[in-house]
Amino acid sequence: MSATASPSRITYREACRQAIREAILADPRVFLMGEDVGRYGGCYAVTKGLLEELGEERIRDTPLSESAFVGAGIGAAIAGMRPIVEVMTCNFSLLALDQILNNAATIPHMSGGQFAVPLVLRMATGAGRQLAAQHSHSLEGWFAHIPGLRILAPATVTDARFMLAPALADPNPVLIFEHIMLYNMEGELEPGVAAVDIARARIRRPGRDVSLITYGGSLFKTLAAAETLAAEGIEAEVLDLRVLRPLDTAAIMDSVARTRRVVIVDEGWRSGSLSAEVAMRIVEEAFFELDAPIRRVCSREVPMPYAAHLEQAALPQPEAIAAAARGLVRPG
Amino acid sequence: MTGAPKVHLDRAHGLRLLREMLRIRRFEEKCAELYQAQKIRGFLHLCDGEEAISVGVMQALGPDDWVVATYREHGQALARGVPMRALMAEMYGRLEGCCRGRGGSMHIFDRATRFLGGNAIVGGGLPLALGVALADRMQGRRTVTACFFGEGAADEGEFHESLNLAQLWRLPVLFVCENNRYSMGTPLAVAEAEPEIWRKAAAYRMSGEAVDGMDVVAVEVAARRAAERIRETGAPHLMECLTYRFRAHSMFDAQLYRTKEEVTAWRARDPIPRLSAWLVQVGHLHEADLARIEAEIGAEIEDAVAYAEAGTPEPVEELERFVTMEAVPS
Repeated sequence: MSATASPSRITYREACRQAIREAILADPRVFLMGEDVGRYGGCYAVTKGLLEELGEERIRDTPLSESAFVGAGIGAAIAGMRPIVEVMTCNFSLLALDQILNNAATIPHMSGGQFAVPLVLRMATGAGRQLAAQHSHSLEGWFAHIPGLRILAPATVTDARFMLAPALADPNPVLIFEHIMLYNMEGELEPGVAAVDIARARIRRPGRDVSLITYGGSLFKTLAAAETLAAEGIEAEVLDLRVLRPLDTAAIMDSVARTRRVVIVDEGWRSGSLSAEVAMRIVEEAFFELDAPIRRVCSREVPMPYAAHLEQAALPQPEAIAAAARGLVRPG
Repeated sequence: MTGAPKVHLDRAHGLRLLREMLRIRRFEEKCAELYQAQKIRGFLHLCDGEEAISVGVMQALGPDDWVVATYREHGQALARGVPMRALMAEMYGRLEGCCRGRGGSMHIFDRATRFLGGNAIVGGGLPLALGVALADRMQGRRTVTACFFGEGAADEGEFHESLNLAQLWRLPVLFVCENNRYSMGTPLAVAEAEPEIWRKAAAYRMSGEAVDGMDVVAVEVAARRAAERIRETGAPHLMECLTYRFRAHSMFDAQLYRTKEEVTAWRARDPIPRLSAWLVQVGHLHEADLARIEAEIGAEIEDAVAYAEAGTPEPVEELERFVTMEAVPS
């Protein structure tokens, strides 16, 4: 790729920022609120400069009251606005879990369809910056358990840039998980793309020997593993789920039908996880397509530690992903 | 009765207040009976004794205002104008219920009257109230959102977070605390370091007041004054209504935590005889009026029960409908 800056080459952070700015300029009902989104510019600097440009009415710094401002977002969505609410990290979202589960995900159904909650909730997820156990967990799999929510995990700059508009157009609550290790990543916006289909997974690398199914921050580790495997003559297909609920089951089964071998890579804990759900769906729908048992590479089941070597040891790594795939394709 | 600077308590208005309270009382008496007959299931929380609060506060609201309530919300729903038929059918779990039978007694929603629940998580409605108030303000609507909650909600973080944010952002919310002195069976003094809930408003530089919740006129006067000021300034207000629930917390409550004498003493302050006695005294209410009102209410309840009895179950094929919405209802 060219080293010279081109308009289509941007960071993930900038892609998120452009998406928010564009959404607010395009629709008077859209506004952003959250902790430190204004004066500070966002904990991860995503919203830097937006307060100055768009004003305090549309970019709202909130007190440290996750339950109140997430609930206020739900109420505002019910009463005709299209709020984007930022929760600084998904660990903090637990303080608002009552509002997310008992109100946002519940009121449309429980009211018999009288009220919709067209809310977008953005939050940072994942480990890698030595922030330890209260800032580093991947809880998107928990939220993907909840009926009524749509869960997105943009991994590429194109998805970060173009998932927000369809999320805001969705009449239902949409949670967007942005992996903290992606914000500094640079990438090329896909030419000609102006919107992302938030119902579909996406193949990031075609292959015939094994399916590596992943999403979010693990995508690039998985692609790196696929490169290693390619050098060994193993062609891995990398499927980016990117929509964690509702899962694009058809895309998963298509890939399984092609490769007959599956490794699922998920930064969440293994037990009762999203990876378990994906694996079970494959077992239910494509058991006889499989030539080998399904393997998983997940985070180790510990609270994420601070020390760098321990943190890295707890996370899925390209070597482990490649080893799992190798073991399926060339057993023994 | 309390002095009423903004309430002209003429015969028509006095009878309206009485009728509204009686309507709630008789409706809930019927609900208790239907519960025993197993027509209504789940949890059923009656507001017997607390009717003056819903009736008083609703006098201050217009059709564009919002109401957010709790799981003890039949009174608010009826006083707000949720049709009795739809309410009863909801408790029967029928398709004709206001929520198609999905919510039941604790989760009454009604879009037409801007009745946003029915919320069975203590304190869970306060943040929602902030949101609808914020949305109306951002869209240039001069509405008031009446947010009802019990004194138990003041133990929850949501109460403090919400009062703080409402005052900071000048959100037009009328916070109405129905202090009936017990969170289920835990008395106020066991749960609250500051049992005078209205005083907590001062910590957020919000205006607050305590009102006799057994006096419908006092509640109406306070609510009208507060709503008018909220509409003018946008600033929220906390109104604590001191009240008492005459019946058990729910239908599964042996009431071990309070004495019969205490209940009897509070029953002597029942808001309904209190108003009717005054109306009789000033010549606004005659025996024939009361008989006529009771007959009309009885007929309405009978009609609502018949409507619910004739109701249909929602087809099981629709179980998953509205888990996700296809469009935002307009």
